[in-house]
Order: sequence, then structure tokens, then C-alpha cells
Amino acid sequence: MSLLDYFRSTKKKTASTAKERLQIIVAHERNRRSGPDYLPQLERDILEVIRKYVDIPADQISVSLEQRSDELSVLELNVSFPDEKR
Amino acid sequence: MAKIIVVTSGKGGVGKTTSSAAIGTGLALSGHKTVIVDFDIGLRNLDLIMGCERRVVYDFVNVINGEANLKQTLIKDKRVENLFILPASQTRDKDALTKEGVEKVLNELAKDFEFIICDSPAGIEAGAMMALYFADEAVVVTNPEVSSVRDSDRILGMLSSKSRRAERNEDAIKEHLLLTRYNPERVAKGEMLSVEDVQEILAIPLIGVIPESQAVLNASNSGQPVTLDQESDAGQAYLDTVSRLLGNNVDFRFLTVEKKGLLKRIFGG
Ligand SMILES: Nc1ncnc2c1ncn2[C@@H]1O[C@H](COP(=O)(O)OP(=O)(O)O)[C@@H](O)[C@H]1O
Ligand SMILES: [Mg+2]
Repeated sequence: MSLLDYFRSTKKKTASTAKERLQIIVAHERNRRSGPDYLPQLERDILEVIRKYVDIPADQISVSLEQRSDELSVLELNVSFPDEKR
Repeated sequence: MAKIIVVTSGKGGVGKTTSSAAIGTGLALSGHKTVIVDFDIGLRNLDLIMGCERRVVYDFVNVINGEANLKQTLIKDKRVENLFILPASQTRDKDALTKEGVEKVLNELAKDFEFIICDSPAGIEAGAMMALYFADEAVVVTNPEVSSVRDSDRILGMLSSKSRRAERNEDAIKEHLLLTRYNPERVAKGEMLSVEDVQEILAIPLIGVIPESQAVLNASNSGQPVTLDQESDAGQAYLDTVSRLLGNNVDFRFLTVEKKGLLKRIFGG
């Protein structure tokens, strides 16, 4: 690396931002693909219900179905609520 | 048994046709009888990249409809022994390719060829599905850039759920990552996803890395698959890729920036 590059490197590199964003979206989309077709609609319905009480952004909810064994699947619902004080 | 290899990506303009031409030519150069099939119905371009655009008489859809036979339709390459092209049709009818029709043609090709390379159209719709449906192996062409990587992952999803092998519960399609238009300098500066980054996200084995290269444009300008330019970085990188496809263990090249002089190292270049 050159000296100039060294000083430039204090800023966060766009490639690492790209990688982080990709890891999140790809994991999300894989989850969608492997789950049942009703999952996206279920997620929207749950979002609507929660929004009756708390206004949360759409990316703060995720629903996934995980097959634990032949007899057991677990529906995982993840909701992040906004900071109370705001 | 012929091996059917689809060259696919989801996103357009990432180098599928360039790679189909280069890999098909490389396989033929290694002595394997190879046909490259253009599945990009309506947007025929493989003929231009292979330099045989003026020799197209019949096309893929003519063969499916029984308007011509394969012998009349296949174009034999004039430079490389054992290399043939099946051109796409320029019809605007998107449904011109039927599963039954494609299967019939591939079965007939399989009697005669060792490798059938399917150059997929962009997208994740019927056309791309048709190109990958019968595949034994897939070369997933990806650029080190967010939308290309994401689309490649979608194609991986299709390969494992929408292909004939998936529907029949047979062994999965063998997937290979081909990273193209790679620029080691920009990677070193942290401006471009690295080979390792893309591999980590897509999690499939790497078959090749093709540098961003002027040689590719020169090759397409003159209708020569870039593997025939054996002096060029891209040509050599594609030949390495072909060798790996044939099962050889070849070191990766063109991954790092060439060494610079001391002054350049201090002040940047
Ligand atoms: N390694 C490379 N270096 C420079 N340009 C490239 C490289 N690979 C592909 N290209 C260029 O990118 C463009 C799209 O390539 P093409 O093979 O037609 O993509 P696709 O078939 O995926 O749409 C073309 O102009 C081609 O010359
Ligand atoms: Mg193309």
C-alpha cells in the first residue's frame, strides 16, 4: 500500500460496505426461497398488525420458518422496536 | 455421454456470451468436440462474438419446428477443429423454445458432441430457465459488483430447484463460480469486492477469475473468441478455466496488482 493509500484508508472502504449489504440481503433472500410461498404475505400481515400499535419500518421485521427435524418446524419472528424515548 | 454446461448469471452484460465463446473454443482446442448453443432468442449475439454472423442460414427454432435439420443448421468453426455453433433465432416469439423441443435437440447433439455449452439469456424468466433446465454443470458468471452477486445467488436458487435434476431428485447440478471483469487494482484500493468476498457470499467453488481486459473488446471487435488470443491475460485466464473444468489443478493468475517501482509505492500510482 502506498502512503497516500494509507491516509485514504481511514475512511471505510466501499467494498466492505458492499460485502456487508450483500451478506444480509442474500441471507434474507435464501431464507425466502427455502420457505413456503405464504411467508412474504404472512410477514406483511404481521407487520400490519404491529403497526396498529407501534410504527416500525418494514426492514425491522423478519419471519422465517426453520425445519428442525421431520416432525418439527419453528416459525421465527424477529421484530426490532424503535427507541422508546423518540 | 455428453456434458451439458450452462453459462448463466441472472444479470445481463456480465460476460456470459464472451465466456461461452471462450470456454467452448478452449474445450475444442483441447481436443473435445464441442457445440455452443445460443439460447438468447431474439437477441442473437454469439454468432458475432464467434465471427460467423454471415454464415447463419437456419437457427435453433427452425430445428425445433422441423424446418431444418441439425446438419444444415450447425456452423462449423473455420479456425478450430471440433467446434460448432448453433445460432439463436431472431424471432420475437418468446415462447419459441419449448421444453420438449429443446430436449429433442439436446438429445440429438448429445449423440455427437462431448460438450454442449448453453449460452443463457439474462433474467430469471422462461428463457434463462430453458437454458439451465437440462444442465449437468453450471458456470455462474459474476462481476465483483453488488447487483451481479445478488442475481447470481438467485440463479443458484433456480439451479437447485427449477432444473430437471432437481425435479427428478437426481444429483445436483455442479456449480462453478466464474468471476469476470476483475480489477485487482481497485480491489487493492478497497473499491471493488475481492475474489474472497464473492466466494464467501455465494459459497460455491471457484473455476476462474478473468481480469477486466482490453483484449476482450479487441476480440469481439474482430469476431475472435478471446481464447484464440493466447498472449492476452484474459485469453490465458479462460484457458486456465477450461483446464480446471477438465479436472486439472491450475494455480490462479491475474489476482494481484503487478509489482510497482519504489517511487510509485510511496506516492501511489
Ligand atoms: N473480462 C472482460 N474485460 C473487459 N470487458 C469485458 C470482459 N468480459 C466481458 N466484457 C464486455 O462486457 C460486455 C458484455 O459482455 P457479454 O459477454 O455480451 O455479456 P452477457 O452475455 O452476459 O450479456 C461486452 O461489451 C464485453 O466486451
Ligand atoms: Mg449474452
